[in-house]
Amino acid sequence: MATSPTANIDRRELLPLLFPDQADWLFVSGLAGASKDAAALTKDGANIYTMAGAMGAAVSIGLGMALSAPDRKIAAINGDGEMLMGIGSLITVASEAPQNLTIVCLDNSMHGETGGQKGHTAATANLEAIARGAGITSAMTISEPDQIADAAKFIAEAPGPRFLLARILPTAPSAFKRDLDMAACRVRFKQGLAAGG
Amino acid sequence: MADDHPHAEWSGVMFDLMRDAGVKLFAHVPDAGNDRLIALAEEHNDTRTVLLTTEEEGVGICAGADLVGERAVLCMQSSGLGNCPNYLSLAKGAHFPLLMMISMRGDYGEQNPWQYPMAGAVESLLESMGVLIFKVESRDDLEKAITAAISASGKGAQSAAIVLSQKFLGAKGF
Repeated sequence: MATSPTANIDRRELLPLLFPDQADWLFVSGLAGASKDAAALTKDGANIYTMAGAMGAAVSIGLGMALSAPDRKIAAINGDGEMLMGIGSLITVASEAPQNLTIVCLDNSMHGETGGQKGHTAATANLEAIARGAGITSAMTISEPDQIADAAKFIAEAPGPRFLLARILPTAPSAFKRDLDMAACRVRFKQGLAAGG
Repeated sequence: MADDHPHAEWSGVMFDLMRDAGVKLFAHVPDAGNDRLIALAEEHNDTRTVLLTTEEEGVGICAGADLVGERAVLCMQSSGLGNCPNYLSLAKGAHFPLLMMISMRGDYGEQNPWQYPMAGAVESLLESMGVLIFKVESRDDLEKAITAAISASGKGAQSAAIVLSQKFLGAKGF
């Protein structure tokens, strides 16, 4: 087994640096740490739909949003385990090529929510290479704090769809308590958008 | 366009009803049963097709469309429903009003034994994940089933599946 890739990014500091204009975005986020970090970013506002189940679905939901609201900036935030579970969705994203979709994968090379079991990306799987192989040409990996500014520029300026792989430290996600009422959060999101959010 | 495909007439009816109801995205895994419907959605300027790698992606895409106030439909063969249950948490738990079009394999006249196991689980799976079933077993059922499913997944705020039997579609030779 290959040694785990190096990563020195603290996940709790990453998303605010990538999305300084978070209020202008619509977010969907997957399970566990990815949603805790994303909810901390938006203060669990009406512009995010976080999940704690349906593992693998975040990118597909983001694609549905991006194709249906082409004038809005959409970001799907997930982790490495769920990105792998829904890996085919990268192929569908590449084929549809929505200019307004950004995917951020927080890769800690483990299943953090279930006990920190080692994941495939701790070995040889490389999600940026997979994204490129799927046909997403705007793809980037960062693993050091001094690369974050370039990643923010990538999100702001690279042609969509964009795939950012952030290799992060195996440390705890943001300690943000988000609303887990999945039906109420759907209504909140839709009402926020209808109100001009 | 003259279309002598055996599914052309009813597919046109289905497409018009869905388009009139505001369905914009037609997410699908290709099947003989949805071939003409998807061809129509590709031809029209106000609808778009999305080719999926696996059916559960379509559940996510339909949910994403709903979040931003648009409507989508997931078109798939009955076997593909078997890939979807965990994603259908979005229907049962989060009350996303998903619309599906399921073309059956493994009911009437099926010659491929691999199709029967999943076919037999379609109705119980849909029911257990909170999706209403509107069956089409003859041409007479078509408009009523489509209209009911569109209403249920529109103002009715329910998830709904139009299930097209092989009694209606015809069975493929093997």
